Amino acid sequence: MATLLDFRRRIRSVKNTQQITRAMKFVAAARLRRAQEAALAARPYAEELARMLRSIMSRVEEPEHPLLAKRPEQNILVIVLSGERGLAGAFNSNILRKAGDFIRKQSGKKIVAIPVGKKGRDSLKKAGFQFAAEYVNVLAKVEFSVARDIAALVTELYTKEEIDAVYIVFSEFKSVMTANLVVQKLLPVEEIREADSKGENAGDTKKDETPVDYIYEQPEEQLLGKLLPRYIETQVLRSMLESSAAEYAARMVAMDSATKNAGDVIEALTLHMNKVRQAAITKEIIEIVSGANYGA
Amino acid sequence: MLPDAIQLIIVTPVRELLRETVVEVQLPGADGYLGVLPGAAPLITELGIGELTFHSKAGGAASDPIAIIRGFAEVLPDRVTVLAETAELASEIDVARAEAALKRAQDRIASHAPELDWDRVAVALQRALIRIQVARKHRGVPVGAA
Repeated sequence: MATLLDFRRRIRSVKNTQQITRAMKFVAAARLRRAQEAALAARPYAEELARMLRSIMSRVEEPEHPLLAKRPEQNILVIVLSGERGLAGAFNSNILRKAGDFIRKQSGKKIVAIPVGKKGRDSLKKAGFQFAAEYVNVLAKVEFSVARDIAALVTELYTKEEIDAVYIVFSEFKSVMTANLVVQKLLPVEEIREADSKGENAGDTKKDETPVDYIYEQPEEQLLGKLLPRYIETQVLRSMLESSAAEYAARMVAMDSATKNAGDVIEALTLHMNKVRQAAITKEIIEIVSGANYGA
Repeated sequence: MLPDAIQLIIVTPVRELLRETVVEVQLPGADGYLGVLPGAAPLITELGIGELTFHSKAGGAASDPIAIIRGFAEVLPDRVTVLAETAELASEIDVARAEAALKRAQDRIASHAPELDWDRVAVALQRALIRIQVARKHRGVPVGAA
């Protein structure tokens, strides 16, 4: 039977674990706030760029650019944004399942992957995928230079016609409790997306819709050629920021429930321990009483 | 009626640097500097590497320069939007780092390596120079003084 000492040890160990999970929760919460701020700060550029690009695309009669060229999809590149670490609830398994589902649907086509994040890298490597590149330890603090590297790599592969389409799989941060799993087509560029569906630019919409007859300092095609790669960069950056925020949110929620569970376990153990102690005391009293009776 | 002011917005991929109402802007266009006054004809241009200055008040002094490293600008009669790859206020520039970058670029040019990527070195050189220039102007040190 478990002795009092055993219980005390168990409780102490659970308490230590609880302290760790609580600390992790606070760290995740602080990082989540930072990630959200970064995502917010990146939004104006993406919005203005999308607007400028749309305006130029509508002006050029038949926009021609290697990044707009559509080909039969034979070779597909998939960028998978996963987490860097575990202990984030179902975050990693969800995104990897989504990526797996998507890849399975592309049967008969050649798949090349670019994992971003350690967890995805390990899992995809185990599954035997061919990597065009891998990026690890870049999502804890998202740097624009990394997004630029990734964008430059995929645009180069696409322009060289080594790949016919680029998809990006990531978790879109909706709220602390929910994240959308998104598969987005990055290349060829089919439509210029709004920077963010959550953007509240209702006041500006009227101004944005009016077609303006611009003077172009450089030929439209040349501007288009320079704007499109930037657009890919902002899309990659945005998905990295979203994924990073979603990871921290998932970790925060997971660690919050772990802390609560530890509290429940401590409570149950304490109750049990008290019962055992009570039983021991009762036993001793019975022994003394019956011993006294015997002696009398 | 012509607007009497311009809203100047400078954004980079990672942040919004500036949002201010001004009366005049000088932009480092890829094909040369452009001055913009309220009521300018709509225009889209590529930006080069250079410094952006603006005047907050008519006849007032020019602002401290902002280092702009490539990007695009959209000019509307009452608004100028600058999408810069990098934009830095003079006070934010790390001069020591820029000078180290300048030296690196110069060394690379001096090395005469056959595989030298001239475009990249040229950009690195220009980038370092403009940062140093902007930072010096801000600190009141004349350009060219070592």
